[in-house]
Amino acid sequence: MIVAERKPMEEILSMIEDANRILVLGCRGCTTVCCAGGPKEVQELATLIRMNRKQKGTTVETLEASNELQCEPQSVGPLLEKLADQFDVILSMACGAGVQTIVKSFPDVRVLPALNTNFIGMAEEHGVWTEVCVACGDCLLGRTAGICPMTRCAKQLLNGPCGGSMKGKCEISKDVDCAWQLIIDRLTRLGRLEVLEEIYPVKDWSAGWHRGPQKIVREDLTS
Amino acid sequence: MKSGSNLERILESGQFAVTGECGPPKGSSPKVVQKKGELLKSCCDALNVTDNQTAIVRMSSLSGCVILQGIGLEPVLQMVVRDRNRLALQSDILGAVALGVGNILCLSGDHQKFGNHPTAKGVYDIDSMQFIRMVKTMRDEHKFINGEEISGDVPLYIGAAANPFADPFEFRVTRLAKKANAGADFIQTQGIFDVARFAEWMKMVRDRGLHEKTHILAGLIPIKSVGMARYMRNNVSGLSVPKELVDRMADAKDAKEEGVKICLETIEELKDIEGVHGIHIMAVAWEDIVPRIVEEAGLMPRPVV
Repeated sequence: MIVAERKPMEEILSMIEDANRILVLGCRGCTTVCCAGGPKEVQELATLIRMNRKQKGTTVETLEASNELQCEPQSVGPLLEKLADQFDVILSMACGAGVQTIVKSFPDVRVLPALNTNFIGMAEEHGVWTEVCVACGDCLLGRTAGICPMTRCAKQLLNGPCGGSMKGKCEISKDVDCAWQLIIDRLTRLGRLEVLEEIYPVKDWSAGWHRGPQKIVREDLTS
Repeated sequence: MKSGSNLERILESGQFAVTGECGPPKGSSPKVVQKKGELLKSCCDALNVTDNQTAIVRMSSLSGCVILQGIGLEPVLQMVVRDRNRLALQSDILGAVALGVGNILCLSGDHQKFGNHPTAKGVYDIDSMQFIRMVKTMRDEHKFINGEEISGDVPLYIGAAANPFADPFEFRVTRLAKKANAGADFIQTQGIFDVARFAEWMKMVRDRGLHEKTHILAGLIPIKSVGMARYMRNNVSGLSVPKELVDRMADAKDAKEEGVKICLETIEELKDIEGVHGIHIMAVAWEDIVPRIVEEAGLMPRPVV
């Protein structure tokens, strides 16, 4: 999932300083799962905004709602059309894709992000998420026992651990696991360590974020 | 001959090689490089010029190489993939050859986090393994990494690093095998303090016949003080400094003398390990001790091949 965190309250409050009718809009997708922007967090944020204005002696109207998936125009359109004229500003609690989906569908509406979108990650335990994918567009998990060195090796090495791997940890921090130690351990368990004898060729970075903004067109799905 | 460098001639003729290290200054003066070069001139077959080592910005390695050549020394151009993508690496390699450099050491580089620009973006477009293979392809097939033809020759003697003290231990030999297969003509290892572990690694190296595929130069770091020994033991990732060695430095009346003694003892032990074809002395900020160490190790005068 996409993992996000709410921006510091001060930053949010300064963004909405001049807004008096605010739609706090959550997303029931990733940001609900990572507890950053679902219906519960929408309610909390709206409450905090009202409390802040009350302390300042000014008024504000907050409207609370959540989309199924804010990155889907079909999910965003009907809801916003229904609520039109009830807000001046949308404070989105979706990821960056959610914010921009609204921007594209509603060019005249002012949309502000309440979250920082951090990474593609997984839940380690309740309240702990780790980054596991950098969306490189050229997945090599099949060769690396399902552990991504693009994301988890500080040097993005493709041919084994550097000389800084010690006791399973990365040289950059004792809190960071050495991705290649994990890969080697898992390949050993699977009896497939010999796949690492081969030299993995240079990476095609053009498939990923180094190419600039990307687009996928599936002709079987477009009309 | 692959490049015809002095280092290649010494190693290929079966002689025990001695290489040293010259870190360029955090400044623009060629004199610093020349001074270090003059100190090491008579006792080393070639001198590595480091490439922004520990991710601290210094005069470029290639410039250091050219300055050393100017005073009659043979350099080993160190290059890290941390700071250059495949275009920059290949272009600098062509430039180095044009300037007469005959040896290259292909490295990943210390992570930028450790240096004096910790917020920099690391490049890591290719890794050290792919880098070695790229240089070999440039040299042997006259081709860039994209397959296009290179005009002219790229005669380089290709080196790589190996760290027998990092984890996972068993994989360290596999990694060496990969480097040898990728095209490493010679290997310079991490500084050795734990000779027993190094010997164990060398046995695994010989079991795979790798000592006949590539020349292994054993790394040495002369220790100047107990503080340095302690720091390396506790803070430098990828180094193995036994506690006994720290204690020995702590108990010594003259720490510097003890450091020299330890280094000489290590060299003697290394000479007896089959497959060790030379030593690489990294006397960071203690360059002037190297002539004495090489002399007392019985490795002078350096052969002329």
